[in-house]
Amino acid sequence: MSGFLNAFGQMFDTATIASIVAGASALMFATMGETISEKAGVINLSVDGSMMLAALAGFVVAFETDIVWLGFPAAAAVGVAVALLIAFANIKLSLNQVAVGFVLFALTTELSRFMGNSYVGRPPVAVPAWDIPGLSSIPFFGPVLFQHNLIVYLSYMTVIATYLFMYRTRKGLELQGIGERPEAAHARGILVNKLRYFYTALGGALIGIGGAAFSLDVKLGWSDRPTRNLGWIVLAIVIFGGWHPLRAAIGVLLFGALQAYAINLIPEFPSLSQVLPSIPFPAMILALVVVNWKALLKWLDRYPFLRAILRSDPPTAIGTPFEVD
Amino acid sequence: MPSPLLILFRALAAALFHECLTSHAMSLELREIHKHFGPVRANDGITLTVEAGTLHGLLGENGAGKSTLMKVLSGFHSADSGEIVLDGKRIELASPDDAIAAGIGMLHQDPLVFLPFTVIDNFVLGSPGSWLLDRRQATDELAGLCERYGFNFDPDIPARLLTVGERQQLEIIRLLWLGARVLILDEPTTGISADQRAKLFATLKALAAEGMSVIFVSHKLEEVADLCQRVTVMTRGKVVGDAELPTPPERLVEMMFGQVLDTHERDDVPLGDSNLKFDSVRTASGLLSEEPISLDVKSGEVVGIAGMEGSGQDTFLRLCCGMRTPTKGTVSIAGNDLTDQHYREFLDAEVKFLPAGRLEEGLIEGLTVTEHFVLTDRDTNFVIDWDAARKRSEHLVDQYSIKGTEASTAESLSGGNQQRLLLAMLPAKLKVLLMEHPTRGLDIESADWVWEQLLARREDGTSIVFASADLDELLRYSDRILVFFSGRIIGELEAAATNVDEIGLLIGGRKAGAEGIPT
Repeated sequence: MSGFLNAFGQMFDTATIASIVAGASALMFATMGETISEKAGVINLSVDGSMMLAALAGFVVAFETDIVWLGFPAAAAVGVAVALLIAFANIKLSLNQVAVGFVLFALTTELSRFMGNSYVGRPPVAVPAWDIPGLSSIPFFGPVLFQHNLIVYLSYMTVIATYLFMYRTRKGLELQGIGERPEAAHARGILVNKLRYFYTALGGALIGIGGAAFSLDVKLGWSDRPTRNLGWIVLAIVIFGGWHPLRAAIGVLLFGALQAYAINLIPEFPSLSQVLPSIPFPAMILALVVVNWKALLKWLDRYPFLRAILRSDPPTAIGTPFEVD
Repeated sequence: MPSPLLILFRALAAALFHECLTSHAMSLELREIHKHFGPVRANDGITLTVEAGTLHGLLGENGAGKSTLMKVLSGFHSADSGEIVLDGKRIELASPDDAIAAGIGMLHQDPLVFLPFTVIDNFVLGSPGSWLLDRRQATDELAGLCERYGFNFDPDIPARLLTVGERQQLEIIRLLWLGARVLILDEPTTGISADQRAKLFATLKALAAEGMSVIFVSHKLEEVADLCQRVTVMTRGKVVGDAELPTPPERLVEMMFGQVLDTHERDDVPLGDSNLKFDSVRTASGLLSEEPISLDVKSGEVVGIAGMEGSGQDTFLRLCCGMRTPTKGTVSIAGNDLTDQHYREFLDAEVKFLPAGRLEEGLIEGLTVTEHFVLTDRDTNFVIDWDAARKRSEHLVDQYSIKGTEASTAESLSGGNQQRLLLAMLPAKLKVLLMEHPTRGLDIESADWVWEQLLARREDGTSIVFASADLDELLRYSDRILVFFSGRIIGELEAAATNVDEIGLLIGGRKAGAEGIPT
């Protein structure tokens, strides 16, 4: 019992918190990308594979040119290409998004393995650290929030931008509309399918950037299957986040904290060192069960404010193609 | 604080908006609109004029093509040919966007609101304006319009919490806000309370008085008669007449259901024992709950059911076959009390029901003709003898002149051939055959053939009970006609001793000689 507490106590260490904040950048980008895509009604199930192929593309471009920043547009382009395939298959060919997304996951995973073979173990290219002048010297908040690099700062700015765009702008409301009830959006003169292409591509770009953040920042360099299934966690976090960018961001941080906790547990229970790193995955499932627990939701109905924060109804038209007859 | 300039601008905008409402009325003309879906001619040369400032009714049974026409007019469908002329100018409507820009707003039967979104978000979604949403200003404008039309909304609650009537109100003022000059309402009274209907009608009258053109699409004659100044009647994709209102309802009924040319030319079959008996049957609530129904249908008898769609005919037919169970009274088949029994027991008692939705309820999409026969067969063998099934199927396809083969899928057959297939699937021996619109969508030849088959069954003592929207069909083939009006049987007529006028009056809710439409 004391082992659990010891590991828990270490969580409040400034360095641990800072590492959780910094390590979340890749998942932050990808989660925002998936949230945008699903809000528009298109599930991009290929996230894990997309991120891997994008991570490879980002690493290769950065490695060959020796300019780390060039890796990000390359990775974004990979993410956009995969996303557009899903959108095209669903919108033009009326194929099932889940089936196409899964096949693309498998394809991109194998492609990244195959094409990345010769890059395994190459020296890493890293995004340079950059402390924000002034802010970084604030006690506690400085090291936790402002002693990272540009990609980390950008990932949090993406969260805020996504939130503001969705809830404060006309276009953002239209984005929500096309995933909620496309025929009603169509009746209001909104070009549903054109926007679905656009937002799926935008989401794909963010997923791709998440991949590059992985290979150029979080887990430097290229190895076989580098994401270790973290792409799949993105899909769970989007649901946990109730398709809301801020809640999803909290989900990413919670997942990061769970990972850190699991690692802290290893010295306490050395015999379980193989099992502990996988704890965050079942913990995520448990979180999903709790969030969608009928009795809890029913209880929450009595507290509309809490319910508004915690409810997680998916966009109604998610996964269904919209056809004008 | 808004600047004085902004206030001035808003006042000007409001004045202009009002100016538009009162003076710039638009007349609308549809010329020779054609629209078909596959072989179905939903609109077959529709010409229609709606004067500015009028409430114009568009009346017709379900499937007459009203909704298609209105979807063409609101940019949802593009017409195959024809012109739409607004204020003397020809306009092209390629999408709902074009229609909104032209000032044509459509309120759909199920109001197209976003249920989880707040009222104010629903209000502004799709409106033109700057990138940033100014919800406060939109709330003010919503409040202004609400005050003007006597509506009341909490802008911050989700639209899911609004009643259907309130969702309609929200859509109406949203369309007005966007500058709609022609307002189309598709069956707007479905699913709203009587209070809300009264409020809706008052609003529509006020809008028409302001110069708005309102098109009120309905299959409910009494509502059109109550509200509109002019009415156009559609049947089978065509305009069959129009009239200034008020006009005698029987005239409208005649337009809707067609004139009867020749009456009653069929062999009579001697009637036998009771096949279907209702004893003081009623339901708990809704249709058929007010007055108990007692009825006795003899073997060999044909009973026609008339009435506006949704007046209780569906419930009645489903009570006859155990798909609905009555709360009071008994239903007997050939002297056996089958009250509260399931449809399966009714089938065993040789009762069969052919519902209106041939492809929805009667047949199974994707299955072939042979597979349908196999399914219908109450054969108890575990393994299907496909060779025998195919042979029998080929024989039946031939016998019933189904245009198709034993391997055709149900949906590949035309409506007439689907009906032939359904008839071919009927068991050889039947006590009671219940049908909804047995010849709807069929050409005259097929319809005659269908009835020939049906009437032949009387020789074996089958009783036929059928609902139809075709008065000619009812008068020609029935022995007795029951007329339904707003959830009860308003009249029972001997087919040989009545005429289209008498039925028309009853369908409209008026007993012969009585004045006024009962509510």
